[in-house]
Amino acid sequence: MILVWLMVILFAGGIGAWLAESRGAEHPRAVALAAILLDLFLVILMLVAPDTLGLGTADTVAQLGQQGEWLVLLQADWIPRFGVSFIFGADGLGLMLIALTVFLGLVSLGAAWGEIHERSGFFYFNLLWTLAGVIGVFTALDLFLFFFFWEVMLIPMYFIIAIWGHENKEYAAMKFFIFTQVSGLLMLLSILVLVYFHYDSTQQMTFSYFELLGTQLPDNISMWVMLGFFIAFATKLPAVPVHNWLPDAHSQAPTAGSVILAGILLKTGAYGLLRFTVPLFPAESVVFGPYAMTLGVISILYTAKVAFAQTDLKRLIAYTSVSHMGFVLLGIYAWNAQAVQGAVMTMLAHGFSAAALFMLAGGLQHRIHTRDMDKMGGLWGVAPQMAFMAMFFTVAAVGMPGLGNFVGEFLVLLGSFQVSHTITAFAALGLVVAAVYSLIVIQKVFFGKNVNNLKMADLSGMEFLCLALMMIGLIWMGMYPQTMLDMAQPTLQSLNIAFPG
Amino acid sequence: MSSAELTDLLQIILLTVTTVAVMVTAGFKRDHGLINALTQTGLFASLFIFVIIEPVTPLQVTPLLIIDEYSLFFSALIIIGGIAVTAMAYPYFEKHHQYNEEFYLLVLCGTLGGVVMAASNHFVSFFIGMEMLGISLYALIAYPIHSPKPAKFPLEAAIKYLIMSGIASAVMLFGMALIYAMVGSFEFAKLAQAPSGIDAAYQPVLLVGYLMIIAGIAFKLSLVPFHMWTPDVYEGAPLPVTAFLATVSKAGMVAVALRLLLAAEAFNFGEVTVVLSLLAAASMIFGNLLALLQSNLKRLFAYSSIAHLGYLLVVVIAAAAVPDIVSIESMSYYMTAYFLMSLGGFAVLSALSNSNKELDSITDIQGLFWRNPWLATVMITVLLSLAGIPLTAGFIGKFYIFTTGVEGKLWFLLTVLIIGSSIGLYYYLRLIYTMLQEPHGTIANDPAAARLPVGLNVVMAAMTIAIIYLGVYPTPFIETLQSLASTF
Repeated sequence: MILVWLMVILFAGGIGAWLAESRGAEHPRAVALAAILLDLFLVILMLVAPDTLGLGTADTVAQLGQQGEWLVLLQADWIPRFGVSFIFGADGLGLMLIALTVFLGLVSLGAAWGEIHERSGFFYFNLLWTLAGVIGVFTALDLFLFFFFWEVMLIPMYFIIAIWGHENKEYAAMKFFIFTQVSGLLMLLSILVLVYFHYDSTQQMTFSYFELLGTQLPDNISMWVMLGFFIAFATKLPAVPVHNWLPDAHSQAPTAGSVILAGILLKTGAYGLLRFTVPLFPAESVVFGPYAMTLGVISILYTAKVAFAQTDLKRLIAYTSVSHMGFVLLGIYAWNAQAVQGAVMTMLAHGFSAAALFMLAGGLQHRIHTRDMDKMGGLWGVAPQMAFMAMFFTVAAVGMPGLGNFVGEFLVLLGSFQVSHTITAFAALGLVVAAVYSLIVIQKVFFGKNVNNLKMADLSGMEFLCLALMMIGLIWMGMYPQTMLDMAQPTLQSLNIAFPG
Repeated sequence: MSSAELTDLLQIILLTVTTVAVMVTAGFKRDHGLINALTQTGLFASLFIFVIIEPVTPLQVTPLLIIDEYSLFFSALIIIGGIAVTAMAYPYFEKHHQYNEEFYLLVLCGTLGGVVMAASNHFVSFFIGMEMLGISLYALIAYPIHSPKPAKFPLEAAIKYLIMSGIASAVMLFGMALIYAMVGSFEFAKLAQAPSGIDAAYQPVLLVGYLMIIAGIAFKLSLVPFHMWTPDVYEGAPLPVTAFLATVSKAGMVAVALRLLLAAEAFNFGEVTVVLSLLAAASMIFGNLLALLQSNLKRLFAYSSIAHLGYLLVVVIAAAAVPDIVSIESMSYYMTAYFLMSLGGFAVLSALSNSNKELDSITDIQGLFWRNPWLATVMITVLLSLAGIPLTAGFIGKFYIFTTGVEGKLWFLLTVLIIGSSIGLYYYLRLIYTMLQEPHGTIANDPAAARLPVGLNVVMAAMTIAIIYLGVYPTPFIETLQSLASTF
């Protein structure tokens, strides 16, 4: 039930925030803060002291007949006509992603704190509902339920971009929605084909993940069905060539929206690949693996080059996100222990570093009303704290040893090297290019002469706090990644990933 | 006539009695409020009569009508449509128009026609029902021409509909005649046994008969390429009539069409499936594409309804390959969802309009979310449901179509369906976005800020709640549908 409570608190908090607006523009954010803090408390309790909540490895495991260690599981009927039920579950991977979601939810709240004053009730409503949808995605183990949450997180995000976005928000919001929705429909069709063939062979209509694992599809269509899933998740990830909604969505979204998009929403794509696409279609994934890895490498190199050509700060960071997510794609399809561990680490570390960078970029835009890097310069002297933070998260994103991103990308390369030397060699080039575009940012924005005589306030206390927390997180991941690796381990084992030795 | 038969006819009798009562009352006293209330009472009574008196189902009442769960379900939908239209019409015509009373008479006649169609399994009752509905519609579409300042071009729309619909009826009648010439019966049930007994040389005549009937049905359901009249008539007709046209006239026709195709086993002709598939694909693609270009909401809804009937047709085509039960269940669900969405959408538009001035351009709803959150919430729910987003009835409806299509292995149509819905997303989203934009102009004299009549609020609330309820917890409703499909 605890997983449901996490969502219920956010859903209810959202409605509460909307209603609270009538009492004053400042009330909604307080309600939102309370809801997220409550969630965070529960998540920490789940991570640190699961016994207090009565959670061990769940008893229901045996009943559902699945493998793996599930910390929390819940099942109830929903629409028996279609064999649709509520199945929520979280294992180590799920829990980490939930923790990331709630934590970044708090960060995005911090980003919105001083920025959103108009129609704040509806804003926080959408913010909390997006978070609830994402938690749903990370916990749903019924394919219908999964698809349902996949869409639930989409609409509030659309509103966030469309209402509180910047100059070109209509275009960006529309593009975001249509890309995700159309690829989502392909996934829905694939889900239904899968369910239908399962029904054909067992006479049992079900959408349960555990039941559908191992369904045999006819050879001529199985590849197409797998592609339906792959396209949906690759769009969300995003991978070249379905990535181009992302730069628009990011540059137009308000800061809090960018933080959630980069930090959490992109991870749902990676999670989907890891949890659904590969396990449901193991044979097809082996065949498709080299192509997916190639796409990953193209994402890494191509978008790194495109990022280098940007003058718009947010667009640049958006492209670097695509580049980093290329590593995740590479790691997942290399499908061995190191590579997948690396992909998971990259997901977490990128969640922090990208969220922080977008927060800084958003903060800059809010202060000096431009995202054009050519108009900036010499801001180190004006806002030293901000400059320091930007420097830190940039080098983190580049893959500075000792920080989380390095561990992730290193493991991905280590794992994929065992699969393909050529592909890995090209992917490693990405690290070099990343250094180039990142240093350009720092140079253009914070060094040099402040030609336009820009003046701005340094970081507010709230911003500083959020950034500092993420900084600690990244250092932890870099210095002692074992915490995360251990948590992901059982998940990987249940996915039958080969462990050396 | 046995008492069981009389009991089963009670709904139709009540509707007839109400029609006569409204006519007589209007002759004595012209009072808009009174007539409206009388109409509503009659409609509600006929809607709930079978809750009070248990009907005997299924029962063939005279050779013309069959009363079963299927017919009762569609009758209920049609009557609900009539009730919603009556509720929309009162504020629309009140104050601006002198002769309002006959409007309700026509609505009642049309509703009765729809109910007869839903219950018919005989060509004669099919045709009678269709013409009762059609003839009421000619007059309804032209209704505001007495208005000092009619909103649109009602006369043009009415003439257009009259001619097109007349031709469609004639074509359909010819088709029925051809079939009768071959089979020697008007009863749907007897059509199925016929083909085997007919000389192979005459088989094509039977096929032509079916195709002509399908053409007629496609006219009434405005499937591409028989859709030309739809946008003009939707735009020219007064808003409540557009709502009536979009819901009641479609539901009756869909109900009888599926019954005919299934009972007559028309799918034994491969050509029927091919023709229907082409109609469906063309409707999904062109309906959505043309909707993209519209700046008038009524025209936009017209094209969107074309597309939605194209989706619905996918289920009808799947009936060739899947068990009847599955396709009936899916079709009934989607029709219900379509009904709720259309009525909800038109209710919002009519809340903004009256017979002198219709606010039906996209710019009229700009910033509606901030001007009147309640209206905008209803509209957004409707639009999300039309776009097939989860938590709404439209999603479960589309899900039904997908499952049925997958079961029938209609890969081509499903691909078209995905393409069509993707295009559809764009214009639904554009409307939502328009409502979220900053309002322009002054808030003073804003019709959106005016107090809304209770009836209209009830309609909007009921539709919104129903859309969300059916999207979140459809199980009880699905059980009803399964029961009606199994007794078909």
